[in-house]
Amino acid sequence: MDHSAGWRRASPAGGIAVLLLATGAAPAASAQGAAPPAPAPPPGIFGQATFPGKQRPPGDPAVIARGEALFGINCKACHGGDLRGGDLGGPNLLRSALVLGDQGGEAIVPVVQKGRPGTQGGPPMPAFPLSLADAQALSEYIHSVVGRKQNQGGPPPEPPKPLNILVGDAGRGQQYFATHCRECHAADGDLKGIATRIPNPASLQDSWVAGRRTGAPGAGAQPAPRTGVSVTLNTGATVQGTLRHLDDFTVSLVTAQGEYRSFTRQGAQAVGAVEVQDPLQQHRNLLTRYSDQDMHDVTAYLATLK
Amino acid sequence: MNIPSRSGSVRIRVATVLAACIAVTSGGRAADPAPALPPLLPPAQLLQPLGESWPTYSGDYSGRRYSSLHQVDRSTVAHLSLAWTTRLNGEVRDGQARSPFAPPSDLITSVGGEGKGDYAIPPPAVKGAVLQVDGVLYVTSPDNAWALDARSGAEIWHYFWRTRGGTHIASRGPALWNSSLFFETPDDYLVSLDARTGHENWHVQIAEFADEYFSTMAPVVVGNHLLVGTGNDSDAPGLLQSFDPATGALQWRRYMVPMSAKDPALATWPSLDAARHGGGQVWMPGSYDPQTDLYITGTGNPTPGYTGVARKGDNLYTCSLVAVRVATGEIAWYYQTSPHDTHDWDSAQTPILFDGTIDGKPRKLVSTAARNGYFFTLDRVTGEHLTTYRFGTTANWSRGTRPNGQPDPNPDKSATIPGSLVSPFEGGVTNYQAAAFNPDTGLFYTHENTGFNILYLTDPDPRGSMGLGGKRFSIVGYTGNAFQAIDYRTGKAVWRHVWPGNGGTGTGVLTTATGLVFTGDTNGNFVAMDAADGRLLWHTGIGNISAPPETYALDGQQYVLASVGDTLYSFVLN
Repeated sequence: MDHSAGWRRASPAGGIAVLLLATGAAPAASAQGAAPPAPAPPPGIFGQATFPGKQRPPGDPAVIARGEALFGINCKACHGGDLRGGDLGGPNLLRSALVLGDQGGEAIVPVVQKGRPGTQGGPPMPAFPLSLADAQALSEYIHSVVGRKQNQGGPPPEPPKPLNILVGDAGRGQQYFATHCRECHAADGDLKGIATRIPNPASLQDSWVAGRRTGAPGAGAQPAPRTGVSVTLNTGATVQGTLRHLDDFTVSLVTAQGEYRSFTRQGAQAVGAVEVQDPLQQHRNLLTRYSDQDMHDVTAYLATLK
Repeated sequence: MNIPSRSGSVRIRVATVLAACIAVTSGGRAADPAPALPPLLPPAQLLQPLGESWPTYSGDYSGRRYSSLHQVDRSTVAHLSLAWTTRLNGEVRDGQARSPFAPPSDLITSVGGEGKGDYAIPPPAVKGAVLQVDGVLYVTSPDNAWALDARSGAEIWHYFWRTRGGTHIASRGPALWNSSLFFETPDDYLVSLDARTGHENWHVQIAEFADEYFSTMAPVVVGNHLLVGTGNDSDAPGLLQSFDPATGALQWRRYMVPMSAKDPALATWPSLDAARHGGGQVWMPGSYDPQTDLYITGTGNPTPGYTGVARKGDNLYTCSLVAVRVATGEIAWYYQTSPHDTHDWDSAQTPILFDGTIDGKPRKLVSTAARNGYFFTLDRVTGEHLTTYRFGTTANWSRGTRPNGQPDPNPDKSATIPGSLVSPFEGGVTNYQAAAFNPDTGLFYTHENTGFNILYLTDPDPRGSMGLGGKRFSIVGYTGNAFQAIDYRTGKAVWRHVWPGNGGTGTGVLTTATGLVFTGDTNGNFVAMDAADGRLLWHTGIGNISAPPETYALDGQQYVLASVGDTLYSFVLN
């Protein structure tokens, strides 16, 4: 992963306009005489919103609605109701180079009206006797769906599918819990009612595996547990507190009195031992030991703690 | 064929265009500067051992990032101190005074591009190579290129590209051929500049923007070939291309997935349709072996990335090392480091070429540490497999290695509806960060990032999802970051330095003939280590290093260069 934080305008206002001669790039909107579109909002972290399929101005809703109806009648059986391909072998239109390269129906309409031989080993596309206006409405509808694709090539968002993640055995999960977790956690203590506080099983699983605080009953939300540190000074004394920073060269902490302190770990004045007390160390250790079955079993068990 | 688009530029259907039909979209000026000035970097010079300049992405063709400069060594490194620092300026400047108190500047940004310039783009960030030739540094960031004085950091010229859009994730750096500087843009152009002035020579489109390609790779010059890769997350085929560095004319195109029924690699895909949407992007520079004339590159993940159900099979040539003949683009050999990947773990890392000894015999070798957590050594002439080792200490997605050394994916560790606990993270044990190899120690240096996430399948559609969709992952724990010095013969770490704390991803590596390793730790320090044992010898807390460190020499002085976002730091012995 490579994240770029922070976005800014491309240039000081007017800088580009003064300097640049047009190169013939004419966006669809201004070519049609409409007002120039407002500056695009800053794109998402991966900038996918700036690909051509999402740069199109919104089409006429009435035309798109007619195109959608025509798609249902003529196209859905082969290309799928979501345009992602169907049982009869029609290709996924949302990643079709022909669709993505089409500007205003010039590529799509002839294929709809005249058909074409099968490509890439698929079945042939039959001709559909649609009027030019109807074939173009189909094209507008297809582009409207392409425009709803998600970042990094993901398909348009759909309502979440009801997926059952509770596949584990709660009885086995209870045994696992008794062996591995009970030293720190109790079903009738900190975890009482956890399945009520976190009703979504996937969120429950994410939380317990990561060791996130979920709030004991009546205690409200609790801050995340803090990593402690104990630093042994040259004098032999120790300073303890909440860890703020640790690398090979310095260590810093905040004491129980709220005092910030930092120490060098290099050279003649280097402190001695630096012992980190990570409240999640046991969770980290278990990560390398769970099987997926163990994890699902414990989730199934915790889901019973309502 | 070329299809004129409504924008007036030349559209290139990457799947169908003929090599001869590439057209230059603007300018048309010759690539060479006025004859009075000699070429800055004749391509034959790239065959010389790495010395005082840093003329390519990795310094030289081998990818070793091994410098022969010896002023900075184990004892003097403690005296390394700042020579200069400079912050890249991405503003388009027109020479006018910017305030009543400042004199007019004679620095005028050269501007090109096919867009309108109305997109917000990320601030400058150095995430790739900075070239150093004849006292000038050449730096890129998406839509920007600069020349800086390598002695002072002072800006010499700035070029700005008005984008059409696209994924502005990084620019991995420029390439230099004679006096032309090349870089790729997120909206899929290859731009040629006059390296002395920053004025544009020409630009050509290298991939179809509508198909959601975005281009970040540092081009690679081999003789009169300019090797160019591009990126895509949206089920489009990956490709490596060679262009004429003088004119921008296409010389050949090599797809990394089967594009026709004749391709024998189609046996590793269920259908031609799946293969033609199967990814395998080429987005990092490869390495080049002049003895065999082979360009060895890594390739990216197959697509759809997380849902492999509709692309059953090994999915060649995704997640592979591929040796390509530079003259023709033919594949001489390949080795797939991650068969049927379902975790977005590209194997695009720059491979490292070196000579070594295996079982008492001298061998010509190539090694790579892949994002999936496995280290490989192969014979670079034949592609024969020699070593596989799991250097990602918690990687849990393979159920064992195949007889040819390939890790065999455990299908249970793909995204599943109830969640699978997977290590490493999506970002991998390592990623694009450049590794290094030191022939004196015989060690391969790489970061190791470890941790676990739960990977949920959210779209169980039998057709698979699209792009990187259809999944959700939840990070459930970091388990530590380290730096490894790996014995190429066994893959095992001879030493391993654990970075204190959790988080961070480390950065690229530089190693020297004086027994040093330079890299960034995961806590905002630029560090020098003893290449033999990992002892920390020097550090400076300038922030998280964003580009792999480099070194160069001028006027009898050795400089060590590091970049943190938009700021460059150059260190010398004072």
